Amino acid sequence: MDKDCVIKTEHLTKEYKLGVIGSSTLRRDLQSWYAKRRGREDPNRRIGSKEYEKGDSFLALDEINIEIKRGERVGIIGANGAGKSTFLKLLSRITSPTSGTIAFRGRIASMLEVGTGFHPELTGRENIYLNGAILGMNREEVSGKIDEIIEFSECEQFIDTPVKRYSSGMFVKLAFSVAAHLDAEILIMDEVLAVGDMKFQRKCIKKMRELAETENRTVLYVSHNMNTIQDLCNRCVVLEHGKKIYDGGVEEAIRYYLGGEKDDFYSYDFIDKKHKEQVRRHDVNLLSVKYNGRTTNLFTDFEKLPLELTWKNNADVKNLCLRIEVYDARRYPVTSFIVENFYSGKKGKVHSQRFELDISRITRGRYYTRYVLYNRLSDTSPYEDVEISAGLMFRKIMNETTSRRWQSAWGSVVLGKAELK
Amino acid sequence: MQNEKITYVTSKRGLLNINLSELWSYRDLALLFVKRDLKSSYKQTVLGPIWIIINPLLSTMVFTVIFGVIAGIPTDGTPQFLFYMSGNILWNFFSNCLNRASSTFLGNARIFGKVYFPRLIMPVSGIMYNLVNFLMQTLVYIILVTVYSICGANVHPNALITLAPLLIIQTALLGTGMGLIISSITTKYRDLNILVSFGVSLLMYITPVVYPISQVPEKFRWIMLLNPVAPIVETYRYSFLGSGSIEWLFLGISFAVTIIILSIGIVVFNQVEKNFIDTV
Repeated sequence: MDKDCVIKTEHLTKEYKLGVIGSSTLRRDLQSWYAKRRGREDPNRRIGSKEYEKGDSFLALDEINIEIKRGERVGIIGANGAGKSTFLKLLSRITSPTSGTIAFRGRIASMLEVGTGFHPELTGRENIYLNGAILGMNREEVSGKIDEIIEFSECEQFIDTPVKRYSSGMFVKLAFSVAAHLDAEILIMDEVLAVGDMKFQRKCIKKMRELAETENRTVLYVSHNMNTIQDLCNRCVVLEHGKKIYDGGVEEAIRYYLGGEKDDFYSYDFIDKKHKEQVRRHDVNLLSVKYNGRTTNLFTDFEKLPLELTWKNNADVKNLCLRIEVYDARRYPVTSFIVENFYSGKKGKVHSQRFELDISRITRGRYYTRYVLYNRLSDTSPYEDVEISAGLMFRKIMNETTSRRWQSAWGSVVLGKAELK
Repeated sequence: MQNEKITYVTSKRGLLNINLSELWSYRDLALLFVKRDLKSSYKQTVLGPIWIIINPLLSTMVFTVIFGVIAGIPTDGTPQFLFYMSGNILWNFFSNCLNRASSTFLGNARIFGKVYFPRLIMPVSGIMYNLVNFLMQTLVYIILVTVYSICGANVHPNALITLAPLLIIQTALLGTGMGLIISSITTKYRDLNILVSFGVSLLMYITPVVYPISQVPEKFRWIMLLNPVAPIVETYRYSFLGSGSIEWLFLGISFAVTIIILSIGIVVFNQVEKNFIDTV
């Protein structure tokens, strides 16, 4: 192993047997074994699990090769079931790989859950010692840092109170503080910052970055929150169905994960319900959408967005309204366009409608959209959605000099200059 | 200043690949678990840790009344209370070690599923916790023995007392060894859990806890002494009270059995530990 390399996995694979797990008594195992021998159907197999025949298995991780260097802050992202947690579990030795190897240098401290091993009857101080020891520190190490830990946790006042009396926020803060002050060379964290208030979250991320930058610790962080990934990490790995599909820059990785490959559509025909959301009263069926007269989804400066929607009425429609929601690359809402009462029509009719959206105030970047069609049956009844669909994305670039200096951290919408009074 | 030790993780693990130095490096954790258990056991009780002593005194009293007074089982001429107490506290120590070790995997599945530390820390801290309780009870027992012998009762502490620490350690290791094996099997077959609590109470009755071995017919005595706990209990009692018999051969066999069971227990435990979280 390279001197600079702290974690190296080779062909790391974890396989779970399907169907086999679940029988937990000896009697059932014998039953299954007997049935198998006689060539009969296993009486303990779950109904409907036909696809999981004998010997079938599920690869939670499939030949993962990763090399992580000292001081790197690696984010791991992927959909649920992509293998992120399995990966962390293997690294932290909670379970062992089916094949392949892991080599790591130094100690690993893993926080897969907040406050593992905290005992409600013990005081905050006692729990710091206990939790520190569980995470691999000895008594002197904890003693040397206890003041720092208590201060960081912002729980000084209650440190000698049993933690069962703590609020969940205090609990999390205390637990995180212990982990943040570990002496381990490698820190592994799974979505743990999700709890705790914003201020504390920022403090934690800052602390993690400091550890990596000044003390050359290595951080592995799994999260669904792209914001924290972006703030914390300088490298990102995307997992999908147990395979590594991307490894590299954070921005690229997030785009890869969120956007997928359908990034460049400038028109789309809805042939199935894949991009639609369930609504109770499905009066309108969106058939297609396009950027009228364009062959790209790229827009510059003051260009307007020419949108054309085509739909079929499943019922008589009156006073239809439309909301076009705009989200940024991290799927946070930016703004929405609204058109009210613009259409009424009979059942069975197909209609195309063009809109023009002024996106000049939206700054550079990629944006995702969502179309929500809604109306109300009478003047007194509430508004109700009749069709919701994922929309086309668009990309915005800025050439105009004044907005070129706009930084993405300032926000996605340019409200312009403030007036002097 | 950073730790440069490289650790390798693979799918296979050797039968005897037991990392004792790692276990040692987590010794503080074992102590903290003991402290945690001691503290939390008697939180919000009026008498607190005094219960550690009251418990065996009460159950010994029950034994004395039922087996001594009502059933009239002879106790080789020694004071009944001391006779029953000796068996009772040592037996409890054994069964507590066994129970504690046998729930290692199932009882700690949650914490084991979230963080790594040598799993053997749990049974080790279990032994230590039970040992603390046992030693406190033994202290009371020693005081009682002293009081009785000063008062001129038929009690004769003898040189074999020097053997007591060894017997205590053996009891702990035997109970823990059996517990480790059970714990490893229960990760897949939970039936065993039910069987164990029944089995342990059954085992008590083929161990000379509530009767002296001299009450067992001569020709069956050897079968009984093959039970590895029996010679320990009998010898332990003899060392404090000077009654009963010492069977050196069976004590030797018991010692050998302890070593074998403990070794099997550790090896099996070590194999099960790496993947049990997937099946539990």
